[in-house]
Amino acid sequence: MSASSTAEVPFVPETKVGRITDFVDERVGGSGILREFGRKVFPDHWSFMFGEVALYSFVILLMSGTFLTFFFDPSMAETHYAGSYTPLTNVEMSVAYNSSLNISFDIRGGLFFRQVHHWAALLFVASLGVHMLRVFFTGAFRKPREMNWVVGGVLLILAMAEGFTGYSLPDDLLSGNGLRIIDGVIKSIPVIGTYISFFLFGGEFPGTAIIGRLYVLHILLVPAMILLMIVIHLFMVVVHKHTQYPGPGRNDGNVVGYPLGPVYAAKAGGFFFIVFGVVALMAAMFTINPIWNYGPYDPSPVSAGTQPDWYIGFVDGALRLMPGVVNDFHFEYIIFGHVLTLNVLLPALVPAGIIFTVLFMYPWIERWITKDNREHHVLDRPRNAPTRTAIGVAGFTWYCVMWAAAGSDLIATHFHVALNDVTYWLRTLFFIGPILAFMVTKRVALALQRKDREIALHGRETGRIVRLPHGEFIEVHAPLDDYKHYKLVGFESPSPLPAEPNEHGVVTPKEKRRAALSKWFFEDRVAPATPAELEAAHGHGHHEAIESGEEHKSLSH
Amino acid sequence: MGNHSDGSPNHSGTVATAGQNVVEKFQDPGLPPHRLRLADTDPRAAKRAERQVAILFGISVIGTVIFLVSYFAIDLGQDSTIATIRTQNLLLGLGTAFAMLGIGTGIVHWAKALMPDHEVSEERHAIRTEEDRQAAVRIVEDIVEETGIKRRPLIRNTLLGAVALAPLPALAVFGDLGPRPDNTLAHTMWAPQDGKLKRLTRDPDGTPIKASDVTIGSAFHVIPEGLNELQEGKLNAKAKAVVLLMRLNPDDLTISKGRETWSYNGIVAYSKICTHVGCPVALYEQQTHHLLCPCHQSTFDLTKECKVIFGPASRPLPQLPIAVDAEGYLVATSDFKEPVGPSYWERDEHERLINS
Repeated sequence: MSASSTAEVPFVPETKVGRITDFVDERVGGSGILREFGRKVFPDHWSFMFGEVALYSFVILLMSGTFLTFFFDPSMAETHYAGSYTPLTNVEMSVAYNSSLNISFDIRGGLFFRQVHHWAALLFVASLGVHMLRVFFTGAFRKPREMNWVVGGVLLILAMAEGFTGYSLPDDLLSGNGLRIIDGVIKSIPVIGTYISFFLFGGEFPGTAIIGRLYVLHILLVPAMILLMIVIHLFMVVVHKHTQYPGPGRNDGNVVGYPLGPVYAAKAGGFFFIVFGVVALMAAMFTINPIWNYGPYDPSPVSAGTQPDWYIGFVDGALRLMPGVVNDFHFEYIIFGHVLTLNVLLPALVPAGIIFTVLFMYPWIERWITKDNREHHVLDRPRNAPTRTAIGVAGFTWYCVMWAAAGSDLIATHFHVALNDVTYWLRTLFFIGPILAFMVTKRVALALQRKDREIALHGRETGRIVRLPHGEFIEVHAPLDDYKHYKLVGFESPSPLPAEPNEHGVVTPKEKRRAALSKWFFEDRVAPATPAELEAAHGHGHHEAIESGEEHKSLSH
Repeated sequence: MGNHSDGSPNHSGTVATAGQNVVEKFQDPGLPPHRLRLADTDPRAAKRAERQVAILFGISVIGTVIFLVSYFAIDLGQDSTIATIRTQNLLLGLGTAFAMLGIGTGIVHWAKALMPDHEVSEERHAIRTEEDRQAAVRIVEDIVEETGIKRRPLIRNTLLGAVALAPLPALAVFGDLGPRPDNTLAHTMWAPQDGKLKRLTRDPDGTPIKASDVTIGSAFHVIPEGLNELQEGKLNAKAKAVVLLMRLNPDDLTISKGRETWSYNGIVAYSKICTHVGCPVALYEQQTHHLLCPCHQSTFDLTKECKVIFGPASRPLPQLPIAVDAEGYLVATSDFKEPVGPSYWERDEHERLINS
């Protein structure tokens, strides 16, 4: 009582919102957090939205998935269909398939929620993938964000696992064949494959256990892990603060953007509703996974043009590309009385293994090659890191070749070409596609850098053609303003780092390998224009008079 | 070839040393000046933006109403057809889409047009101070030191051993997720039961097939007699036993030694389960006598005992030995002479077991 009557007037919020904030704060003590985050600055760029799309699709998945669990029954017991979809009346099927049909046809809004769930799942994995591409090509994975890159990679794998387990749940013909393929791949694992298959399916394929088991993974274990990873991911984003694109006023020591409250929060929050709206639009207008057309799972029939969901496509495509027999060489052979099925084992494990190993290790590989131990908060424009960009495009091309191979039969039927030829071409591209992509991308990146240099030194083309007194035609170039100019010149262009002796004065073989890689990484480079060069360019140019005239104009506005 | 490393296409630059901190660089001009938006300067534009935002929120309300009306007005009763469901799905979806997009675009428009759009620059603080860093490293070192784990290898090694063994019970528990494979994969339903040969019957109705029904060029999807009557494990049995039955001109067939009695008058039966990863090899190209698996396009040549001629499979499809019984129906004279379906580690062992 006496405290309030002293001369020190306590802080009293003036508005109602202020009083509510104060009320909460006095009880939970969140003022420090609010002070820290309420106005935290977030850089803004359209390419930063992909991660948001992924997060929001996950939220949509949780909501629509919860609805579906209320009605779905993962039992593989036999039943006879008695619902309102007459073409399947009295057909023998599993309870799981039956309940999926009921969700689609007999529960109001069920079909809509199923479609929302499936579309959101496709979007979730897609946005994760695109987000990772953005992070890779802009170099956002560099110190201090290497570990968050790894968390992102784990999220991608979890998302694929979550997608595949969910895809299998309706127990329809298409997903059943997908499980059949998984069973075949598992059986190809040496020594323990048969056992794993029997443990997973609770006996022989298909058994009566698998749907229930996948259901537990799909609604409990994997989502919990995804949620945990998302929390870690976002926590690290907060710790690191967001990266920003290069530009005037931006450097590794600051962060330029909009304050979280209100404008950034409003944009990001509003964006959730936009993502939900777009998913709802797709669910309303485009049928996805029409399980009623496929029928219940039966090991005998299969429809032509079978396709997994897109994100499993690259593994399926690799399975298709691998030849089982070349001339008379069989990729399956018998070793000490046991069967080694390389024609299944290699394509199922090796490409995905390579992609994810390189993906996880890449930040450390690049850090080792460049010996760059600094913190980076300003992103690279992809053109300004030509070798990294080329590596990324090469990997992406490899992935896409395998992914396209998963649709080899559809390519053949749609474009009226021989299926065998499609496969032969894709097999070729599997090997040379990434190499070609690497070379082309690197050249394109260097060419873009040269273009930037030209513009920085000689100004942009105005499209105005002027005839000089002595008859020569020239195009007038206008210099850029300082801000645009700085964007073109304000980047680093490291040169190869030669091998350095260690503390004992020895150049180790490992260091020599590093130096060789560094040379490969940086030998082709375009250095940013310097003030001296700009000076020189203006000094000797024969269109100097006109340029300076333009300069006066640009100064005057 | 030009020297790329000097960076300029015509070799006029003097630049090869950037990145080594000796070349003078352009000064950062700082943040570009803030440009005011129309709504910042013109109150009428601000008012207009305000109205637009309100309209977008209004559209959201309409969307919600559409959802509710189509949810309650369209009843999925006994007489509902696929068309009703489609219409309801469309309306529910459009309602949700408008409801969500209205709110979303409204908020974003509000933020972009009316909320302050000053870009702010904030100092990036180091993740941790140098002092903290050293203290943290020291604390970890102290903790490790105080445990004495480095000085007491006995403790360390026994702990490592215990931790390494501790997950074994979990593995053992996983071992009970399913039965041991044993020889189940080696056998199918086609094995004669009590000396009675199994008839080939049509999939899915289970009616027996007479040899005379099988004309040249025709193909049958076949299941063993008695499959449909199985009380349990029907799909498991079917997943191994399905067979494709075809009749060719006997002259087209190349028959290897030991298989002379496996076919009847050009009628041959092969396992329908692909030797690659187990999809049903469901496509029969009648003209070329090829069997094609729609999953991964493995192609088998029927005239050469289903040898692989294309695709990822490495082994021919197993052949089912068939004959005709007294009533003219096709029967299997024995089980497959090798395990069907995708290869597995113990497959060769099982094949030897079958043939012993």
